[in-house]
Amino acid sequence: MIYAEILAGGKGTRMGNVNMPKQFLMLNSKPIIIHTLEKFLLNDRFEKIIVVSPREWMFHTKDLIKKYIDFDERIAVVEGGSDRNESIMKGIDYIDEYYGIRDHDVIVTHDSVRPFLTHRIIDENIDAVLEYGAVDTVIEAIDTIIQSIDGEFISEVPVRDTMYQGQTPQSFNIKKLVDHYQSLTKEQKDILTDACKIFALKGEKVKLVKGEVFNIKVTTPYDLKVAEAFIQERVLK
Amino acid sequence: MINQVYRLVSPRQFEVTYKDRSLKFDEDFVVIRPTHLSICAADQRYYTGTRGFEALAKKLPMALVHEGIGKVVYDPRGELSSGTLVVMVPNTPLEQDDIIAENYLRSSKFRSSGYDGFMQDYVFLGRDRIVPLPDNINPQVAAFTELITISTHAIARFERKSHLRRQVFGVWGDGNLGFITALILKKKYKDSKVIVFGKTEYKLDNFTFVDEVYQIDRIPEDLWIDHGFECVGGQGSQFAINQIIDYIQPEGSISILGVSEYPVEINTRMVLEKGITVIGSSRSGREDFVQTVDFMKEYPDILEYFGILVGHVCVVKTIQDIIHAFEKDLTSSWGKTVMEWRI
Repeated sequence: MIYAEILAGGKGTRMGNVNMPKQFLMLNSKPIIIHTLEKFLLNDRFEKIIVVSPREWMFHTKDLIKKYIDFDERIAVVEGGSDRNESIMKGIDYIDEYYGIRDHDVIVTHDSVRPFLTHRIIDENIDAVLEYGAVDTVIEAIDTIIQSIDGEFISEVPVRDTMYQGQTPQSFNIKKLVDHYQSLTKEQKDILTDACKIFALKGEKVKLVKGEVFNIKVTTPYDLKVAEAFIQERVLK
Repeated sequence: MINQVYRLVSPRQFEVTYKDRSLKFDEDFVVIRPTHLSICAADQRYYTGTRGFEALAKKLPMALVHEGIGKVVYDPRGELSSGTLVVMVPNTPLEQDDIIAENYLRSSKFRSSGYDGFMQDYVFLGRDRIVPLPDNINPQVAAFTELITISTHAIARFERKSHLRRQVFGVWGDGNLGFITALILKKKYKDSKVIVFGKTEYKLDNFTFVDEVYQIDRIPEDLWIDHGFECVGGQGSQFAINQIIDYIQPEGSISILGVSEYPVEINTRMVLEKGITVIGSSRSGREDFVQTVDFMKEYPDILEYFGILVGHVCVVKTIQDIIHAFEKDLTSSWGKTVMEWRI
């Protein structure tokens, strides 16, 4: 079976002086998370769409879904974990509890604050994860990437042509993801900022799917302004 | 939901724009994911900028394409199951009239003519703006169902407005529309003779199902037709219409289907002397789509014939792929260019 998991576990503070996590902020009169969820609802390949929310915002999430989408039996709201990967695992726990996990089950995980994704990105994630077992959505790096270990001086300037910027969705064979994650040490888990790294650490191949420059993550007031500007329908002639 | 709309902003330049749509909306609407879109000459006039400057300034930016099929992805009433293959009706009437058909109401909106066409991530359509297709249909052919409805509509009008002696039909035009019109006429009027008149020999060679074909400069003097269909369009329609007037029997009808950017001169003296009925015909409405799909079900072999019209099939995943498809279409002399919509 094919599952989707919308990661809305963050309580993000980068948005400045607002009391709400960024996924609940309004983008053109609708919460960002709703925009994102709607794109997943329009793909009939998903058996279930799990929304992972901070515990104290679960009712709020459910209320928003009811208000803006109405009831859809494919949606389930689940409590998130302490970090990104723990939240992904919470969603998988839910699947395990209610449906059981079979060898070929896959999950498409996505940031709730990336509402601009397209049908193609979702579809290609599903196709690739069914074939390869792990998928990352990326765009080619536009700027040169600089590595600095101490934050003061350049350690390395990698060749730009081989550099990509990671987006989401990231998609996985559920069984493999759980097995690999559980086999990591605590130290390894602590430095994980990205679920695809779980596969990379284990020497597994992760297939790349092309993202879009506009598939931005809305995490700062600046991003929100850019996102609002996107929707204003102004086109340069 | 933020819906991506791929608009032409100026000749040969597309841009992605974003439109906020809600899934909790009027239950009269359904959401369609386009799967196969077909490029029409009208789209090319915008793409290449050959529509007049004023028309371009007024209508762009705009998503092109009004011929296409897709899958139902959301029906708030649950009447249509997800995955149902449908053809999309590009005409959107805003009022009803007992006499004037929906495609002739001046208030109607037509997609890719001042109103966004089907080049979108998802298309939100009124419930009556889709017609389910047979499951096993070739999607590359179904993509240009709208073009077939143009012939269906014109023939339906002809049936209502012309006299009943229908022994010999003449179809002018050896392109896509001529091919479709001639094929439908031949199926509907099995005992009648259908003659196609065209300019290009190799194109006329494709019309194996008609009774006779002629190049327009080699028509026998004594040939005559009861009714004529003009499927030429552009400046050539002037020559075609006047040639029909020459070969038609008195009191016959001429159905004009070809669009011309500029006015054309017609030999009205002979229109009067012969008492000819000229029937204008443009676009189509829902009823024509229903009739066309029923006709496809009744005569599945016509779909095989229409397969000849599938020219280039281009997979579209990026805006660059869209441009590639339009450019490819410009260089092809026969058939329809179909975009497999995977963007």
